[in-house]
Amino acid sequence: MSILSTRKADKIDSLAEGGTSLAMDALRRTFRSPVAILGLVIVGLFVILAIISPFVAPKDPYRPYPELKAELTPSNIPGPMPGFLLGSDQNGYDFFSRLLVGAQQTLFVGVFATLIGVTIGMIIGGLAGAFGGWVDSLLMRLTDIMLSIPSLLLAISIAALMPGSQWTVIIAVAMIGVPVFARLLRGAMMAQRSSDHVLAATALGVKRRTIVFRHMLPNSIGPVIVQATLTLATAIIDAAALSFLGLGDSDWRRAEWGLMLGNAQELLSVKPSLAFFPAIAIIVVALGFTLLGESMRESLDPKNRR
Amino acid sequence: MTDETATTTGAAGTEVAGTEAPRDDAASTGVQDAVTAAETDGAGPGDGAVDGDDVLVTVEDLKVHFPIKRGIVLERTAGHVYAVDGIDLTIRRGETYGLVGESGCGKTTLGRGLLRLVEPTGGRVVFDDTDVSTLKGETLRKSRRRMQMIFQDPLSSLDPRQSVESILVEGMRAHGLDSGKESTRARLVELLDSVGLPESALHKYPHEFSGGQRQRIGIARALAVEPDLIVADEPVSALDVSVQAQVLNLLEQLQQRLGLTYLVIAHDLAVVRHISDRIGVMYLGSLVEEASSDEMYAEPMHPYTKALLSAVPVPDPTVEDEREQILLTGDLPSPANPPTGCRFHTRCPWKQDTLCDTDRPELRDVGGGHRVACHYAEDILAGRITRHEVEPELVHPDA
Amino acid sequence: MALLDVRDLSVVFKRKGTRPFTAVDGVSFSVEPGQTVGLVGESGSGKSVTSLAIMGLLRKRGAEIGGSVTFEDTELLTLSDKQLRDRRGRDLGMVFQDPLSSLNPVITIGLQITEVLERHRGMSRKEARVEAAELLDRVGLPDPQRRIDEYPHQLSGGMRQRVLIAIALACRPKLLIADEPTTALDVTIQAQILSLLSELVSETDTALIMITHDLGIVAGLCDDVNVMYGGRIVERAQRHDLFDRSRHPYTHGLLQSIPRLDAPRGEPLTPIRGSVSDNIEWEQGCAFAPRCPNATDVCWSEPPELKADDGRMLRCHNPVAIGDAVTEGAL
Repeated sequence: MSILSTRKADKIDSLAEGGTSLAMDALRRTFRSPVAILGLVIVGLFVILAIISPFVAPKDPYRPYPELKAELTPSNIPGPMPGFLLGSDQNGYDFFSRLLVGAQQTLFVGVFATLIGVTIGMIIGGLAGAFGGWVDSLLMRLTDIMLSIPSLLLAISIAALMPGSQWTVIIAVAMIGVPVFARLLRGAMMAQRSSDHVLAATALGVKRRTIVFRHMLPNSIGPVIVQATLTLATAIIDAAALSFLGLGDSDWRRAEWGLMLGNAQELLSVKPSLAFFPAIAIIVVALGFTLLGESMRESLDPKNRR
Repeated sequence: MTDETATTTGAAGTEVAGTEAPRDDAASTGVQDAVTAAETDGAGPGDGAVDGDDVLVTVEDLKVHFPIKRGIVLERTAGHVYAVDGIDLTIRRGETYGLVGESGCGKTTLGRGLLRLVEPTGGRVVFDDTDVSTLKGETLRKSRRRMQMIFQDPLSSLDPRQSVESILVEGMRAHGLDSGKESTRARLVELLDSVGLPESALHKYPHEFSGGQRQRIGIARALAVEPDLIVADEPVSALDVSVQAQVLNLLEQLQQRLGLTYLVIAHDLAVVRHISDRIGVMYLGSLVEEASSDEMYAEPMHPYTKALLSAVPVPDPTVEDEREQILLTGDLPSPANPPTGCRFHTRCPWKQDTLCDTDRPELRDVGGGHRVACHYAEDILAGRITRHEVEPELVHPDA
Repeated sequence: MALLDVRDLSVVFKRKGTRPFTAVDGVSFSVEPGQTVGLVGESGSGKSVTSLAIMGLLRKRGAEIGGSVTFEDTELLTLSDKQLRDRRGRDLGMVFQDPLSSLNPVITIGLQITEVLERHRGMSRKEARVEAAELLDRVGLPDPQRRIDEYPHQLSGGMRQRVLIAIALACRPKLLIADEPTTALDVTIQAQILSLLSELVSETDTALIMITHDLGIVAGLCDDVNVMYGGRIVERAQRHDLFDRSRHPYTHGLLQSIPRLDAPRGEPLTPIRGSVSDNIEWEQGCAFAPRCPNATDVCWSEPPELKADDGRMLRCHNPVAIGDAVTEGAL
């Protein structure tokens, strides 16, 4: 009897455990893969750097230093010297400090461009998915038009039409993401619309609005979050591209990697590291977000559950 | 329960009268069949108004046609899928009405049309003297409290992101039944208890349960709003064989305790026969036969019912060895392009040269509440017509 | 001599980061030429994995396969992939549950059959086409001459399953394995397919392993029935013995719990309690013990062996008493 009762007690105990939501479960699965961890480490370091860089930068990134200026000529930009780890930039500023602080500005552009893109995209996709019918048709044709324009061309057109400021870059880049997010959310919500649990809620007499916000939206948001992570990577690159083309921020003093890279293009023969370091920084960060996004996508895929 | 229904079934013509009673707008939905059906039925005993009190649901000439859309930018309707095409039936308070048929016969759509989860194209659904088919907006939403549904796939019908507690509370909240934290909690525990789940289930999520347990959660969710009618669409077919009986027994217990009325939709005749007082057999969007559970088994009259019954394997070698099968040839025709006349005539081993391919037979009472939609039902029963070979007709699934 | 002899077959799935999972554990049975053998069980019983292991279809899926599978004196488990493919085409045929995903969607059904005929029976293209049409006619596909050039999606589920059977039979195999061949089909179509299968099997003297969860199908079709639970065979008997006097509490419980068409309305069902997830490991005792009405201490501590008993093989410490074993309805 003893074995029987303890075994049975075990069974009952195992029943009492649990209570893990699906999101937690997915998160746990995500970080079982080394790729995800690498992505997370890169992104984490980048975010930490962005936060602390103004405090740890050895020099003021927004002020020329006479020591550097003294040796600055059109054909010579000073390299590393005591106190200045990577030497000067083309304006006699401390290049290393600017590179550090650049993380903050770059993150700012990337995050806001993505956030704006996600917000507008989700409003469009959410409306289309929640209402369906002609609302859906109208909004989706609209996004089709946006999608039919090559993304960079779209951003360039917007940037060209607006005064050159940081927000111009952000908005131009955000617009690239809008149709993508709209379609994604709309598609996921359409799938939810015909799902059994939404039908069950309807049959229960739950209000339409509650169904949309409690059931359809939360169950559709996963792919959007993944896409947002991936978009952060491309947003940073796109912003850099705009800056590179001279359509970016007109404030040349701002320490932002894309802008730094853009402004260094004529100086490649004089001091290639001025372009090299921002470029590498952008690539690594973009890679970090991509790795993270891809592994999240993988673990959210129901086919890969368990 | 069984006895009670047996007597009701015995009262001939009760349900016929029920279907016939409010027929004034049958003509407006434009169906010749229904009008003629009502006229034929009128000859039976019993009169329209008598039985109003024990009938819970009356379905009159219900039609659900789905448009087939073609084209990418400019959609146009290229045809219709006649999923439910003129169904009359009544469900009495406290009984279990079983609906059987093979995939594509429209049984699921009928269940959903009855609950207004799909919009009917025509016909009426009268639930406890309220015409549900005309309700709109908030009235419709409120009316849903009394009619609930149990789904086939217990996992997909539960929101994966909600804990059992919020799944159960949701319906109560929607109808203002969640008065006070204490009483709601007590109600939740009571609900779980009534479906045989421990209180600890409240804070768990659907994916942490086994199939049978999930189905219990689905049942508890339906019960939470204290419904009168529950439409159970394939309630056990996704479950393991050894678990099916648990859920079937639970459904029966709950019916006895709470006086529920069930519409059980299933493809498994054995399940339907076990749980139902009366059974309706569907084929391509219409009812072909309706009778009490025992009578349907003892004396099936429609050729399709006969074939269906003979096709069900019984776990008993002795019965199996003696079983005479009526094998149907060919496939189910497409509901987008149903055959003329009797929809079963393309596969019917008793098909005759007259009527079958030209006139659609009405569901008529052949005595004792046994209704059948076959021109030659009596002749087949009496053996005046015999079975013959059928040349299989091909059906393209996407036609 | 047995046509197929399965000895102590075990299949363990090993995946990185998860505990090894024993899907099939010490399964032994044999099939005589022309015999129809049933493997019955619920999901997770290991019945399908058993068939896949016999067919060598688990080789590249991270499964560790033990024991032996002898087919006409050839050990299948140690054959090279090429030899096995050859054998599979010639002597072993298989029909799966989902006919659509088992057929190549972009190739006509005729080509899918002639391919097999050309490769394994060395026919010319012309001969193969004639034979393919004949085969399709034989499995009851109407108008085979025209249908032979159609694609799988143009056929209904039942017709696809017929095509699949035609492909499996193309090489006149000595053994056909049918894994839930009718589960995806409607009951009237199921009846067609089952009668086709039993007809073909008896006509050509092909042995058949029928894998299903439906005891009704087994009752009508199989000579010998193996009931599987948790990866092991728990009871094996001739079908009349099994259905008339089931001795294992699981088999008995299943028969008591399924509604029967010929039972009167309202006849109570006696369900098996719990679910498969309650099982304990076979190493600890009897996997079925947590759900078994007959379980005693020994069931929770000692794994039962499959032993001959009462004209059958039985894996149980406390089988259903012979007097109680008579299943209702068989009276």
